[in-house]
Amino acid sequence: MNNKKIRVLIAKPGLDGHERGARIIAYGLRDAGFEVIYTGLRQSPEQIVSAALQEDVDVIGLSILSGAHLSLTKKVVDQLKSNDAEDILLVVGGVVPEQDVASLKEMGVAGVFTAGTSVSQVAQFISEQVNA
Amino acid sequence: MYKGARVETIVSISWETLLDGVKKGNVRSLARIITLVENREPGWKDAMKSLYPLGGKAKIVGITGSPGAGKSTLTNAVARDFVARGYTVGIIAVDPSSPFSGGALLGDRLRMRDVVTLPEIFIRSMATRGALGGLCQGARDIARILDAFGKDVVIIETVGVGQDEVEVVKAADLVMVVCVPGQGDGIQALKAGIMEIADLYVVNKADREGADEVVADIGGMLDISDNGGRPQPPVIKTSALANQGITELVDALVQGFESGRNADSWQAQRVKEEILTLVETEILDYLRENWERTGDLDKAVEGILEKQTDPYSVVDSLLPLIREASRSKETT
Repeated sequence: MNNKKIRVLIAKPGLDGHERGARIIAYGLRDAGFEVIYTGLRQSPEQIVSAALQEDVDVIGLSILSGAHLSLTKKVVDQLKSNDAEDILLVVGGVVPEQDVASLKEMGVAGVFTAGTSVSQVAQFISEQVNA
Repeated sequence: MYKGARVETIVSISWETLLDGVKKGNVRSLARIITLVENREPGWKDAMKSLYPLGGKAKIVGITGSPGAGKSTLTNAVARDFVARGYTVGIIAVDPSSPFSGGALLGDRLRMRDVVTLPEIFIRSMATRGALGGLCQGARDIARILDAFGKDVVIIETVGVGQDEVEVVKAADLVMVVCVPGQGDGIQALKAGIMEIADLYVVNKADREGADEVVADIGGMLDISDNGGRPQPPVIKTSALANQGITELVDALVQGFESGRNADSWQAQRVKEEILTLVETEILDYLRENWERTGDLDKAVEGILEKQTDPYSVVDSLLPLIREASRSKETT
């Protein structure tokens, strides 16, 4: 009997300590039936990608509210590339100005979710992308 | 490319490639095999068959104790100590699945910060997935894969509630039960039959008031319990956060590897239980598939709700299917 579950890693790279958004997303995705691995605050890009590989997640969700989303995301993308793991879906949430969304997508980010996004939108996006 | 690439990858990477990767020490192959086995993807049993002979060397430690006892923090400290002694370590951190959504929040990595980046350590979070007897077998399978991968020690950290705990630690060579001061009489966790499975007691958060009382409580229980002639399990005080008592704990674990119940009849008992669990799951899966296809199960439920029949008669009437199942097992 097959019981596949979508596995998601929720991580906060960088130094900002605003954890509530990440937690809400983590709880929400759990309630949407996903297996969510929550690694918490102040994770280095190396830690995040290493955890994603060991946990064999389908998706990495980065929560960034520090303003450093471009450089932090870039580092995570680089880590994914050097580990030959670009097939893992990458999404970013947090405070991201409109003009940076395109840059993030250019790096390979599949979805960017800013303030006001409902958890169910995120869950639906992930389901569609992973099952595509 | 990110989008859609993954689906193709999963299909195109064969079991053979993955098994080869595991033998070569590739972490990604290891992680993917664990996923596929956990999901019971077609071919999982064959994969386990070929991994089985590679293992048998790792020592498996089960950690159990009530929620908040500090199991993850303790696992972190113990794993770090093992690595300092030259061991490689695999960690299986189990958290509960929601019975409603089927989802899970796996947060044990939060407490394992010191070890997450050590190359000697591989951590896998595992959800219970509410499977019948499946947790124990699932953890056992992952432990076996980590063993085949070459980890010297595999730590299974359990959820910390209920009878499932007793089941899951059956997959371990050594079981340590974690208690903390300030939880009732200190040995609440020992009520659920956990007393019988412990090889080692840890009183964590020993910097808190009441730790000595907990040690005394456990000692008192051990004094009056029949231990089947085995030596009394040691009771060790630790403070995982302050890294106190960890050396003594790991010393005791290493000693347990050598002297533990590994060698005696426990091993045979374990193998027997595993076979029965696997058979049970197979038969149930087979029956369920059949019943769902034929609709007999729904019909039976309806009949019972309408008070035309009862569950016992339904089981008797469905028994021919079980015989059929056992026949098909013999032929395949």
